[in-house]
Amino acid sequence: MIAPVASPRASYAITLPVPDDFELWRDHARNLVQCGVPPEQVTWSEAGTTGDLFAREEFDLPAPGAGAPWVRASRAFIELAQSAILHSDPHRLALLYRLLWRSQGNSRSIDDRADPDVKRAEDLARAVRRDIHKMRAFVRFRSVEDEDGSERFVAWFEPEHHILRASAGFFVRRFTQMRWSILTPRGSMHWDGEVLSQGPPAQRSDAPAGDPAEELWRKYYASIFNPARLKVGAMLKEMPRKYWKNMPEAALIPGLVAGSQAREIAMVEAGTMEFGERPKTLATIGEAIRACRRCPIGLLDNQAVMGEGLKQAELMVVGEQPGDQEDLAGRPFVGPAGRVLDAHLERAGIDRQQVYLTNAVKHFKYVPRGKRRLHQSPTAKEIDICRWWFEGERAIVKPKLILALGASAARGVLGKTVSISKARGVAHPLDDGSELWVTAHPSYLLRLKDEAKEQQERLFQADLAAVAERLSELAE
Amino acid sequence: MAQIDLLQKLEILADAAKYDASCASSGTAKRDSRGGRGIGSTEGMGICHAYAPDGRCISLLKVLLTNHCVFDCHYCINRKSSNVRRARFTPQEVVELTLSFYRRNYVEGLFLSSGIVKSPDHTMEQMVEVARILRDEHDFRGYIHLKTIPDAAPELIHQAGLYADRVSINIELPTDSGLKRLAPDKDAGRIEQAMGGMTSSIREAKDEKRRFRHAPRFAPGGQSTQMIVGADAATDADIVGKVDRLYRAFGLRRVYYSAFSPIPDASAVLPLKRPPLVREHRLYQTDWLMRFYGYDAADVAQATGEDGMLPLDIDPKLAWALKFREYFPVDVNGSSREMLLRVPGLGVRAVDNILASRRHRRLRLDDVAKLTVSVAKVRPFIVAADWRPTLLTDRSDLRILLAPKREQLELFVA
Repeated sequence: MIAPVASPRASYAITLPVPDDFELWRDHARNLVQCGVPPEQVTWSEAGTTGDLFAREEFDLPAPGAGAPWVRASRAFIELAQSAILHSDPHRLALLYRLLWRSQGNSRSIDDRADPDVKRAEDLARAVRRDIHKMRAFVRFRSVEDEDGSERFVAWFEPEHHILRASAGFFVRRFTQMRWSILTPRGSMHWDGEVLSQGPPAQRSDAPAGDPAEELWRKYYASIFNPARLKVGAMLKEMPRKYWKNMPEAALIPGLVAGSQAREIAMVEAGTMEFGERPKTLATIGEAIRACRRCPIGLLDNQAVMGEGLKQAELMVVGEQPGDQEDLAGRPFVGPAGRVLDAHLERAGIDRQQVYLTNAVKHFKYVPRGKRRLHQSPTAKEIDICRWWFEGERAIVKPKLILALGASAARGVLGKTVSISKARGVAHPLDDGSELWVTAHPSYLLRLKDEAKEQQERLFQADLAAVAERLSELAE
Repeated sequence: MAQIDLLQKLEILADAAKYDASCASSGTAKRDSRGGRGIGSTEGMGICHAYAPDGRCISLLKVLLTNHCVFDCHYCINRKSSNVRRARFTPQEVVELTLSFYRRNYVEGLFLSSGIVKSPDHTMEQMVEVARILRDEHDFRGYIHLKTIPDAAPELIHQAGLYADRVSINIELPTDSGLKRLAPDKDAGRIEQAMGGMTSSIREAKDEKRRFRHAPRFAPGGQSTQMIVGADAATDADIVGKVDRLYRAFGLRRVYYSAFSPIPDASAVLPLKRPPLVREHRLYQTDWLMRFYGYDAADVAQATGEDGMLPLDIDPKLAWALKFREYFPVDVNGSSREMLLRVPGLGVRAVDNILASRRHRRLRLDDVAKLTVSVAKVRPFIVAADWRPTLLTDRSDLRILLAPKREQLELFVA
């Protein structure tokens, strides 16, 4: 359907009755190019969208004259367009026409991936290919008995794009000798062993609710999973949650993740102490915290970071938890905050070599944001759970003075929350005769700017100077 | 009742198979079930039908025929002296499970391995029988991977290759001394001999196929192997050297690494320490560098530290670039594909995009940003039309500046 639209310039509205009809789009596009209609004079839409408003009257484009130019399209463009047209983005039709129009002047313009239109089309095509791939992977058939007593396999799937027809061939080739149906909200496909037929959109309730083989499949899924290597992020990247509701095995995932803790402890049992018996050396603590899954932080994709430094240090410096870099390196205070701390320790005349550095919480707590991992503060409960390890370290190192950086660290030492502004600058006596000093966390300084930063840096420096002075007093 | 037995067996024998890293179903001959009596197809790229919470792909029904074993390899959960529950499938049970899973689109096929019962020959016969029933009686055209037993008779191993898409023999450990200590019943010489035999069978079959259209296929998906990392003292440089030799000598399709993971009821010979998972990841990255980026084993060895280990905090490509700064910066508008592939942060696709794009324009930093994942990582190593990293490549803290984003390579995609 092609219709001129009332506007200052002659323009055309084209509606595709079937959203994945590449041939129809190609015929229209070829015609438009031959008639010299530039992209800004064409409006593309699919049936059922607002584009219909313009298509009430049907007009034909003027037929291309005898001397009309050949429309050229490279194979690369055709392949790109055949995939991209299946995308659910309504702007894809116009985008592809723009690319076709431009490629008449320069047939290789399609290779320029740095061009925004080319890049967008590539992205659409990639999303479609992924959707097709995921459909091949995640369709789950369930066996039902047809009226004639024969077996049919029925699946319910929710694709994101218009890929049903494009995907059918794969299932025909793979399951030629089976009778099957794939039902989706965009339409359905049926194979009777010889002929493929299309049907109307379906609902989840049209598909069977279960299959006896699923019990075996779930058992397999749970058994093949290795609880010693939890990598939830890697799983989610390839199998996002949106697919889970139609996969019988996915219901097990939360339980497997949670149970991983108990199972790994069982797996390394021979090497760990009984629950409740504190390790006697720093090395055994370092060993044991690797397997610690007593709070959810240990279930993330991270590694335990043990304290380090002089084993009989007079001064123990406690941070909150390892950050991104500490987690990757497996060592405390090697990231940006660590460098701030180093600089201030040096200015206060405290030798890092003479200090024992550790954290109140041994694993890095974060939330993934794209490729980045954003720091999350540990909850009071998580700090309290991890205190068990920290106290083990403290009992072995026996420092005379503990410097807690920030409120989390202070809670890790004291078991209760204190306010930094009120607690800083004075000694807090501890039960074993040592004392606690409290200051801000260096990462706090990193977040500040200008005057506030200068002010807090002065306070921080003063706290460290006071600690240095107190240390020399204690040494006497 | 039978169903409950089957469930328990599946639980035991899938659990026992999970230490096999590979689940790949790629790279075999293209075929489908049209015109046949059964089901199944393989279309080049394998498909991961599910992912477990350990991040690994589930592509095949990966089970042991039995976990009874007469061998006593210390790192193995199924060794003779271990206390695990034992179970045993009949060949018919494995066949039915495979078909039942395949019909429901749960898997691409079967990966069958086994403990050694009675004798290597007896075990191999049983495994071949599974493949035979699937192929001959059910005309199954999906993927079959058979783990073969180096001590079995050569005819049996040959039969395995006729039915399977891929065959594999585990090299087990990176060093011969490690194998001797931890797998006293296995022999490095015999393992390599069996691999060599497989390699020549695969080559011969390919050659005949070229000349006679109806020549039988022999393991069209090639052979792979697996080694355990972290159970002996081999360094990363040792491992990469060994793997490179294996690739060359036997034309292997893949070498899989399996970070030694503490197993229940572990042998006292083993350390309980688990090597960092990231070590396995770094080794896979070197595998990628060698297969797709034009690095050779010597290049990778240069990226290791004095102790022969790859750095864990940065990837091996970045480690190499930081060590050989004289090769950088690389001009995105003029340099060869080979040099661009050495730039940390530029993947194969990004490099191809750059090569295609620079025929149309002089690339600016903005353009490069559109073609890559992270321009921040790339920037210190490239020259663009509007960008030159003054002194940046010489900064001593560059390693810190390029704090790694945690990225998971798709290790086990089929």
